Amino acid sequence: MANFTPVASLLGGLLIGLAAALLLLANGRIAGISGIVGNLPTARTNDIGWRLAFLAGLLAAPLLYAAVSGAPAVRFDASTPVIVAGGLLVGFGTRLGGGCTSGHGVCGMARLSPRSLAATGLFMAAGFATVFVTRHLVGS
Amino acid sequence: MLRLVTALASGALFGLGLVVSHMVDPAKVLGFLDLAGDWDPSLALVMLGALVVTAPAYAFARRLRAPLCADGFASPTATRVDHRLAIGALMFGIGWGLVGYCPGPALASIGFGSDRTLLFVVAMLVGMAIFAVLNRDRAPSVLHHGTVRQP
Repeated sequence: MANFTPVASLLGGLLIGLAAALLLLANGRIAGISGIVGNLPTARTNDIGWRLAFLAGLLAAPLLYAAVSGAPAVRFDASTPVIVAGGLLVGFGTRLGGGCTSGHGVCGMARLSPRSLAATGLFMAAGFATVFVTRHLVGS
Repeated sequence: MLRLVTALASGALFGLGLVVSHMVDPAKVLGFLDLAGDWDPSLALVMLGALVVTAPAYAFARRLRAPLCADGFASPTATRVDHRLAIGALMFGIGWGLVGYCPGPALASIGFGSDRTLLFVVAMLVGMAIFAVLNRDRAPSVLHHGTVRQP
């Protein structure tokens, strides 16, 4: 566990929790990224603004942070075909499954939704299995 | 107008949390998913930290008639664990394990990530668009009403 960063993880998690709590209590909305993005094209006119505002904040805050204290590490070595396949699976899968790490993993778990508990267990299990295959079966 | 400000602030807090917790780094996420390797439990603590705030907020929301800046709460109407949920979650998990990106971190790192980050985001949006085209006749799964539904 040489790479474990407990303090940064808890602090970042608290910020994400505050973000989800604010969006719920102020706007009555679930802070699920795949839903906020995925429902943009079909959203009613008065339902589009807050989505764009949220996404603007989501993109701008990391940029401001990077401008102040340097760009954070973004390390990934997946090949181009794997990046494309991964992106397609994440996009289609989160829409079919009705959520991702934020909508199911944080907001759904927070209200003990059986669907979110099941989804989180399944995508975690699939993630564990995929990394086991790519790193320890195929990669070695 | 106020709800645009609160949504902007929420998105900013969310993005900041993803950067502070290093979740914008796919290698960090893959370290969590690699149980058989040098396991990094960080992601579990990020979720725990988020739940510590979000769970009481959802409990409190159940006592409210309406949110502060909107007419009502939007709550998912589906309650059954069906095959769509299961297959979707499994597909998402495989893609997540292949690259180390889920939607939030991928979008949050567009500004300072490489063109490969951008490629992932474009592929993800295409995946969402394919779903939208295949499911354009389905009714929306979110109901707008006064209180948050009991799970």
